[in-house]
Amino acid sequence: MVKPGSSLRSFWICAAILVVLLFLPPVIPRFYTYILASIFVTSLLAMSLNMVVGYGGMFQFHHAAFYGVGAYTFGLLLTKTHLPMLVAFIAGPIAAALAGLLIGWFCVRLIKLYFAMLQISLGSLLWAIAFRWYSLTGGDDGMHGIPTPSFLFSSTHAYYFILIVFSACLFLMYLILKSPFGMTLQAIRDNPDRCEAVGVNVRRHQLIGIIIATFFAGVAGVLFVVLEHSVFPDLLFWILSLEIFIMCLLGGWFTFIGPVIGAAIMVSLRTFVGIYTQYWTLILGVLLIFLIFFLPEGIMGFISAKFSSKPGEGIERAVE
Amino acid sequence: MELSQSISFAALGGHFFVGLSRAMILFVVTSGLSLVLGVLRVPNIAHGSLYMIGAFAAYTISRLFGGGSIAFWLALVISPFVVAAVSLVAERLLFQHLYQREHLMLLLFTFALMLILGDLVKLVWGAGEYRSIVPPHLLKGSASIFGSSIPRYNLFLIIVGPLVAVGLWLFTNRTKMGKIARAAAVDREMVGAVGINVSWVFAFAFVLGCFLAGLGGALVAPTISVSLGMDHDIIIEAFLIVTIGGLGNMWGAMVGSLIFGLTQSFGVLFWPQFAIVFPYTAVVIVLLWRPMGMLKSVW
Repeated sequence: MVKPGSSLRSFWICAAILVVLLFLPPVIPRFYTYILASIFVTSLLAMSLNMVVGYGGMFQFHHAAFYGVGAYTFGLLLTKTHLPMLVAFIAGPIAAALAGLLIGWFCVRLIKLYFAMLQISLGSLLWAIAFRWYSLTGGDDGMHGIPTPSFLFSSTHAYYFILIVFSACLFLMYLILKSPFGMTLQAIRDNPDRCEAVGVNVRRHQLIGIIIATFFAGVAGVLFVVLEHSVFPDLLFWILSLEIFIMCLLGGWFTFIGPVIGAAIMVSLRTFVGIYTQYWTLILGVLLIFLIFFLPEGIMGFISAKFSSKPGEGIERAVE
Repeated sequence: MELSQSISFAALGGHFFVGLSRAMILFVVTSGLSLVLGVLRVPNIAHGSLYMIGAFAAYTISRLFGGGSIAFWLALVISPFVVAAVSLVAERLLFQHLYQREHLMLLLFTFALMLILGDLVKLVWGAGEYRSIVPPHLLKGSASIFGSSIPRYNLFLIIVGPLVAVGLWLFTNRTKMGKIARAAAVDREMVGAVGINVSWVFAFAFVLGCFLAGLGGALVAPTISVSLGMDHDIIIEAFLIVTIGGLGNMWGAMVGSLIFGLTQSFGVLFWPQFAIVFPYTAVVIVLLWRPMGMLKSVW
């Protein structure tokens, strides 16, 4: 599956990209550092989703709910309590993972579309709480001007913080997907019945996969608050869930880095096309239709199929 | 004691009828979605957009004819056909090439279509103004039933819902086209093998499903403010309803709509702030109790 030397090459490419990103903020306008940071946050969210969708084969249709739980927990702890900020930083992802445990525990009992629909209803309950509990969450207005730690207040510092956390999370996710656990998860995706037959506890593996993925979604939620200083119910709305699902499909959901490409395209389209026209979703829609007709494996799927030595390797779901 | 007084029998009855009429609108929309799911196996996210187009078309048509009673009836009859025409174009141009693709790709495709249709509605009708349709003279005001006063328009909806159900049942069980569509839902290769042009059967089923979405939009128009975002509001509810009812089962769509509509309206009565929680909780309970839906799914 992995060509000899190719993981070393990928390592150097990643290191080079990281170095470039570290030296960008003094060079480029502040607006672009903001866009980049926004892409990192969205990418982390999309990649955490892809852990369960692309690698786990589960129809995780309401992933944004966990993103929102992470963001709201962080925001609420900073606004309403005087706990040390480190506690708030850790509590966000933990709360998201707990929500993942709770919702996932029900969802893994079902499969495919039924899994998806159960998760949408359970996630919508969380959304309803954020949307209607005015006294706690600010209702449909959300909360703005959240007092994030002062060392993160400058946009450059926020950029560096987000970049470092994002890179660390990416590395962790890569290790998890390469571990025996990650391999088992992919085996379950490809043939759950056979895994069950050889003694793998399918549901437990799926549930652990969901908990890990929702943890990282919670991290993304915390980073969102660091970047935007606000939370609002749309973070938990199913439209966002569908959007990040689309990012995975757009970038190529059988590749590790695909969701980053998908997220970058979506965020850039929204930002740069959004400047010229309010109809950017129309353009996104047309783009998606072209993609479905001509690049059904997603952009990264197409690239890795094109450039791999063996034909069709991109479709072979290689991690590389 | 105070509680039992505030929730009187009349209030219960009122909420029951409001919930019932809401359920009938949901049924008209979801029966179309269910038909498309059952026959074509397409999870059509753009179904909500077609419902929205139905409502906007009804608004424009009723304005065009002066906004009176006749204008309303014309709007109700014409706008579903407008939606059907839009869906026919989409089907022949795009959908028919994609039926063999996996569900996730179809989902992505219909999501793209939802984005496009949503923006097209914004382009054609604009985002701003407040739009509403006045119900015709015959259906204005309210009637008193069991001591609770019910808007006549809601009673009209409660009559229309079962009529649509009966019509759809007659179509699928008594017409040749309907029988072919049902057969195609079970085994499309076999239907093709005996020499029937499956492509047009699919097109017809798709257009009929979208027609129902348009009819739902036209029916709901007098009860709400016609606005952008209607597509988002209904589509997730519609998918939950067809899932708890049993995918592709028309009576399942009826059962699901009743569960959803009634829990929603009684939720308003018991805990207004969190009324939105009740239908979702009902869906969770149904799915955990009967994961494949209340009635038999054709999937």
